[in-house]
Amino acid sequence: MQDINIKITDRNGETHEVVAPTDMAMNLMEVVRSYELAEEGTIGVCGGMAMCASCQCYVTSETELPEMSDDEDAMLAEAFNVEDNSRLGCQIQMTPAMEGLEVILAPES
Amino acid sequence: MITTDILIIGAGPTGLFTIFEAGLLKLKCHLIDALPQPGGQCSEIYPKKPIYDIPAYPEILAGDLTHKLIEQTKQFEPGFTLGERAETIDKQEDGTFIVTTNKGTKHHAKIVAIAGGLGSFEPRKPVIPNILDFEDKGVEYIIKEPEFYRNKRVVISGGGDSALDWAVFLSNVASEVTLIHRRNEFRGALDSVEKVQELKDLGKIRMITPAEVKGIIGTDKVTGVSVEKKGEDAFVVDTDHFIPLFGLSPKLGPIANWGLEIEKNAIKVNNALDYQTNIPGIYAIGDVNTYPGKLKLILCGFHEATLMCQSAYKRIFPDKKYVMKYTTVGGVEGFDGTKKEAPKAVVKAIQ
Repeated sequence: MQDINIKITDRNGETHEVVAPTDMAMNLMEVVRSYELAEEGTIGVCGGMAMCASCQCYVTSETELPEMSDDEDAMLAEAFNVEDNSRLGCQIQMTPAMEGLEVILAPES
Repeated sequence: MITTDILIIGAGPTGLFTIFEAGLLKLKCHLIDALPQPGGQCSEIYPKKPIYDIPAYPEILAGDLTHKLIEQTKQFEPGFTLGERAETIDKQEDGTFIVTTNKGTKHHAKIVAIAGGLGSFEPRKPVIPNILDFEDKGVEYIIKEPEFYRNKRVVISGGGDSALDWAVFLSNVASEVTLIHRRNEFRGALDSVEKVQELKDLGKIRMITPAEVKGIIGTDKVTGVSVEKKGEDAFVVDTDHFIPLFGLSPKLGPIANWGLEIEKNAIKVNNALDYQTNIPGIYAIGDVNTYPGKLKLILCGFHEATLMCQSAYKRIFPDKKYVMKYTTVGGVEGFDGTKKEAPKAVVKAIQ
């Protein structure tokens, strides 16, 4: 398995180029946490069950993402600051197909 | 005044299991929780989600785990203050504590154990510039008494079950119900969606989608809300009440002002010893605490609760010697007079 390169813009507007493993079953929210790009307790609050929207991000690259599940869609229907390119980081698994992914973390709400 | 040995703040899995471990030491527990029922996140947010890392349960639903924990603690007759949030704490001269809730209920305890998980669950507030100015002046995040809205005009915003269900309910109470949602689709239970559709067709619910409330209008109370609908100019909907229903989010809440050492939204504790905070007599266990190597897992909360109770016992009875006993040997003696112990046939004497 290979590592992939992704860009994450944190809530202060700073962009971080990070390397994410694809062989550890990590999702984007967990990558953000492992690199400490958002304060603990402000991201992945529900543990990654698509139930809190604290890991909402805006996808700015053309990367083809996995289809949105009903749970994710339902959460985004209730979340704030939602844009057309909003996704939940906890629902985006780190796979080789995510190479080049670029996201901006949505404001904390 | 409610009195107890250990006052547990938070009735999630860790708080509930603390009752059992304290009970083995003959210590009485009372629990406070902001939610109206015990179980914390497990019963409030994901009761139907399976958990796979509870020892001896290859798979158990979060709601079932809560039920079993409650069942396990019944013999120790815990007390509960539910639907109230622990607000203030006052240390007494004798080292005990008085904790008061937001509704004024006072609790006197020798030990305080904070098992607050992610914090108390509070309504998620939409980002509207002047919304705080109108709280309790026409803006309500929770419907406590539906009759309060009789013959009033009500605007509900949100797209989940709660928004749908209350829109349906209030359509028979309020003089006018408007439901505003950012999307055209609603994600509630099918029954609720169909009922809202039916009431909309009958003219009993006015729906505005896809739209968002962007401002609140009024001087000393709400008289209307400013709405932005995609592709249209902003307009005003006259109303007496604006009720945003966007679910709950966890906040550490007033505990953050108790003088406890906080790090990354969690309470620092001494994990090498007993999970005590920087204030002697106040412990923090489960997801609410932090220490080097901390793992936010239910089973870690159980472990922390067990060690915390041993420490609490020594603090309450500094002169008493306690010898740890296995429940297989000592059984379990409930405060309700019950006693569970291994059947005699199992404890066989050597001839």
